[in-house]
Amino acid sequence: MSWLQIEGLHKRFGRNEVLRGIDLGVAEHEVVALIGASGSGKSTLLRCVNLLEPIDAGRIELAGEEITARGVDVNRVRRGIGIVFQAYNLFPHMSVLRNVTLAPTLAGGLSRGEAEERALELLERFGLAEKRDDYPDRLSGGQQQRVAIVRALAMRPELMLFDEVTSALDPELVAEVLNVIRELAEGGMTMLIATHEMGFARDIANRVCFLDDGVILEEGPPERIFSDPAEPRTRQFLDRIIAAGRL
Amino acid sequence: MAGLVWAVTSAPNWPEVRDAFFDMDAYRRSFPSIARAFLLNVKIFLIAEGIVLVTALLLAVLRSLPGPVFFPLRLLATAYADLFRGIPTILVIALLGFGAPALGIEGIPTSTTFWGVVSLVLVYTAYVSEVYRAGIESVHPSQEAAARSLGLTRTQSLRTVVLPQAVRRVIPPLLNDFIGLQKDTALVGVLGSVEAFKQAQIEVSADFNFTHYLVSATLFVAITIPLARFVDWLVARDRRQRQAGRLV
Repeated sequence: MSWLQIEGLHKRFGRNEVLRGIDLGVAEHEVVALIGASGSGKSTLLRCVNLLEPIDAGRIELAGEEITARGVDVNRVRRGIGIVFQAYNLFPHMSVLRNVTLAPTLAGGLSRGEAEERALELLERFGLAEKRDDYPDRLSGGQQQRVAIVRALAMRPELMLFDEVTSALDPELVAEVLNVIRELAEGGMTMLIATHEMGFARDIANRVCFLDDGVILEEGPPERIFSDPAEPRTRQFLDRIIAAGRL
Repeated sequence: MAGLVWAVTSAPNWPEVRDAFFDMDAYRRSFPSIARAFLLNVKIFLIAEGIVLVTALLLAVLRSLPGPVFFPLRLLATAYADLFRGIPTILVIALLGFGAPALGIEGIPTSTTFWGVVSLVLVYTAYVSEVYRAGIESVHPSQEAAARSLGLTRTQSLRTVVLPQAVRRVIPPLLNDFIGLQKDTALVGVLGSVEAFKQAQIEVSADFNFTHYLVSATLFVAITIPLARFVDWLVARDRRQRQAGRLV
């Protein structure tokens, strides 16, 4: 039984079955990359783990607790799981500092002062301290995404989920965001990362899962998946990525 | 505009109309009494608006509650909004203003102004809740998802993330409805409350000079136009601040 254990997970939207039986275990401090074409279910899987989407069948356990069980306090579970979205989703009517302190004060039980102290420490660490009073509109995409990561980290999550966090960024801004994630990996954060950045996945992940049509078709260490995939579908996908110059 | 002025002033009966509607002596004579009566319009407006701002927001929130659990509440709120947007305001005022005091129930107010305010609140809550609802729906679901993903409850994310953005976006249409409310305070006059329009009617019936209506009209305009400019200024200031990236 792994620290994060996903078993037989099914999710459908109307008649469209997006996840068709996902089984995945993630150990503490492990970094798992989810790759696969758009629509293969990567984002939905992350949203299910965060309980943003109710699941239709299966179960998810985190640190021995079945978080998908009936009667579980979803707000408490979510406080321990950070998620970063492709489109940043910062709160545009709040300053950077307020974006980061909102959840710790409202849901994390910190005083405003404590939350600000924690937020400033994190903003400092990721080179955003001087942006504290700026509104999101004024920041570059890379800065916004780093603020979004800081906002999630401010809740001191045990697990971080990244949903194609560099897909909306200009190419020259991708590195600054990936460096933040790399630093988190070095710090031992457990992470599930849905990404199209294959080079990054190969670098950072302990394990790579290839999702195809709602199932994990193949998984293994990045060296093997990228150089010698067992499944023809995986090979096909990687060939297309290589042809697009992304690997 | 100039053409219209020319068409009116060169009409065959213009001299008679000018004396009946644009008599400056009559204007000066009735201005103090109508201005005094207009204070009642201002009072009705301020009280009704204060209440509507809150009740309409509550109604809008009720209507946007998700899931089958809240279906009866949503249905009731929708029925309310449909009903009070469907009945002409003057009928609501007449029905409540004449009907409610006639019941003779111990302890309920018999003041016509009171029932006028109640009617305006009922009607405008229905209108304004639609404005709020459009604002709530214009906030992208990803905003709520972000708030919930951080562990905020539904109420917390509504209060801190969705509503502040929704309200900001609907300030101009909100004001539009409040200008409507401000003008509709004149309808309370049908119950006999002596507000600006009723007072003008009294003046007109004394000397058959319609200039008194003009007095009443200028008083309304004197309030609504500055109100519109003020809100334009608020909206512009909010935009400037967000773009300048500074905290208020």
